[in-house]
Amino acid sequence: MTTQAARLKQQQLQDVVFRGATRFFAFLVLAILAGIIISLCIGAWPSIKQFGLGFLVSDQWNPVTHVFGGRNSIIGTLLSSLIALLIAVPVSFGIAIFLTELAPVWLRRPFGIAIELLAGVPSIIYGIWGLFIFAPWFGDNVQPWLQRTTHDIPLLGTLFDGPPMGIGMLTSGLILSIMIIPYISSVMRDVFEVVPAMLKESAYGLGCTTWEVMWNVVLPFTRSGVIGGVMLGLGRALGETMAITFVIGNSHSSIHSLFDPGTSIAATLANEFTEASDDLHVASLIYLGLLLFVITFVVLVLSKILLLRLQKGDGAHS
Amino acid sequence: MSQNAKLAVKNLNFYYGNFHALKNINLDILEGKVTAFIGPSGCGKSTLLRTFNRMYDLYPKLRAEGEILLNKENILRSGIDLNMLRAKVGMVFQKPTPFPMSIYDNIAFGVKLYESLSKADMDDRVEWALQKAALWNEVKDKLKQSGLGLSGGQQQRLCIARAVAVKPEVLLLDEPTSALDPISTAHVEELLHELKRDYTIAIVTHNMQQAARVSDYTAYMYLGELIEVGGTDTIFTTPKMKATEDYITGKFG
Repeated sequence: MTTQAARLKQQQLQDVVFRGATRFFAFLVLAILAGIIISLCIGAWPSIKQFGLGFLVSDQWNPVTHVFGGRNSIIGTLLSSLIALLIAVPVSFGIAIFLTELAPVWLRRPFGIAIELLAGVPSIIYGIWGLFIFAPWFGDNVQPWLQRTTHDIPLLGTLFDGPPMGIGMLTSGLILSIMIIPYISSVMRDVFEVVPAMLKESAYGLGCTTWEVMWNVVLPFTRSGVIGGVMLGLGRALGETMAITFVIGNSHSSIHSLFDPGTSIAATLANEFTEASDDLHVASLIYLGLLLFVITFVVLVLSKILLLRLQKGDGAHS
Repeated sequence: MSQNAKLAVKNLNFYYGNFHALKNINLDILEGKVTAFIGPSGCGKSTLLRTFNRMYDLYPKLRAEGEILLNKENILRSGIDLNMLRAKVGMVFQKPTPFPMSIYDNIAFGVKLYESLSKADMDDRVEWALQKAALWNEVKDKLKQSGLGLSGGQQQRLCIARAVAVKPEVLLLDEPTSALDPISTAHVEELLHELKRDYTIAIVTHNMQQAARVSDYTAYMYLGELIEVGGTDTIFTTPKMKATEDYITGKFG
């Protein structure tokens, strides 16, 4: 009896310790997050005080005159990520369809592993490759062709205006898309693979083609996973630093066409942190970092809202 | 017996890789009748059903040899349009598989693949199919809601409605009530009585009473062979083969 009571007491103690330990680690994450936000705010404070929210819309960035505005960096981050998504999402969808439905079985594994390996390539490699190999080729061959073909089309023409230098916003978006394709496509492949075979057979049984099955049945069925994969890629694209820094051009001037060199938040930070001498410059850089944090957070929240609305439209099973 | 055979199976052999799953099957499935396939698990009855719409084509290393004539045309020959074949030969599966879309779209989806109907015609077709599947009264006020929100039995009838909506000639049912409760099962069985007036039906079932209740003809299969086929009454009362009798009386299986 007494030994049993003692054992019970010991087990209760273990429970308490275990619960306490898990709670501690869970809250530790929150504490670190809060700590980062607070220290970013403190570090950025001189700049926030000086420029306020006008920082977001000002396109001035001049360390000499001590005038800083983040508009061009923010646009660069958003635009390069948008280009990357526009290219990477359809390509990844195609890769995932091929790997789950069309490829012969013996090819699926090696092919899938090759794509995952692409995700393991360090971003500096993409940067170097982008700058020394891709950008010159792109500037010599693709950009002039794009300009010639879109020259007379009103809106597209302006999009591809300017000197074809190879580096610039479009090149950054392309490099980014190559970097995020492995993430998006492997998530898509994984969620496509768990679609019940019977559901796909039902659609094939009605006489659907593979495309109709994928587009009308598999994609809606897996959309929360697919959106999750896209968000993973987008998160990576928004924060990508090294590869972008190499190919975006690092110019603080406003861009007028996708060929113009620009900058992104991450590229600005990487380039200028070591050289920033005065406090306002450093504070402005930290302010940019804070904004990157906010942008990532907003994107995450928007994706959650999108998912909720899709589920509502679906009309059932909450 | 072969004058009005909708499907005529001739010397059919089927292989999963090296495994010989169907052995020299010969069988007619008569137009406007319900033919039930019974037999213990793994006897090849589902495999046989899945040759009728060539569902096995989705998977590598599966092949069928012999002939299956649908309206006198061999559907096993290469070059046949599988999508058109599957439009003519509809299928319902073991578990309900509503598509992740509204009830209305679940029905309209298949129809849209082959016909471009006006909105009004499509509305009529959806109502017609749901009426056929005895589901209309239960869902007519919530056609815009997701098909996933229905109960299991309703989902299965939705799947039947979906298969019926494209107006196939043959309806294949692969253990359609195995995931349903007894009441839903009774609903689906009643439905089969209604449907056989317009369609040729082939049903695979584990439930012998069900085969006895719903079918006109019954085929007993064992280890990939067709042991006996005949009128359901005959098979269940005076089977010719000893093996059939053992299975039906529950001595085995």
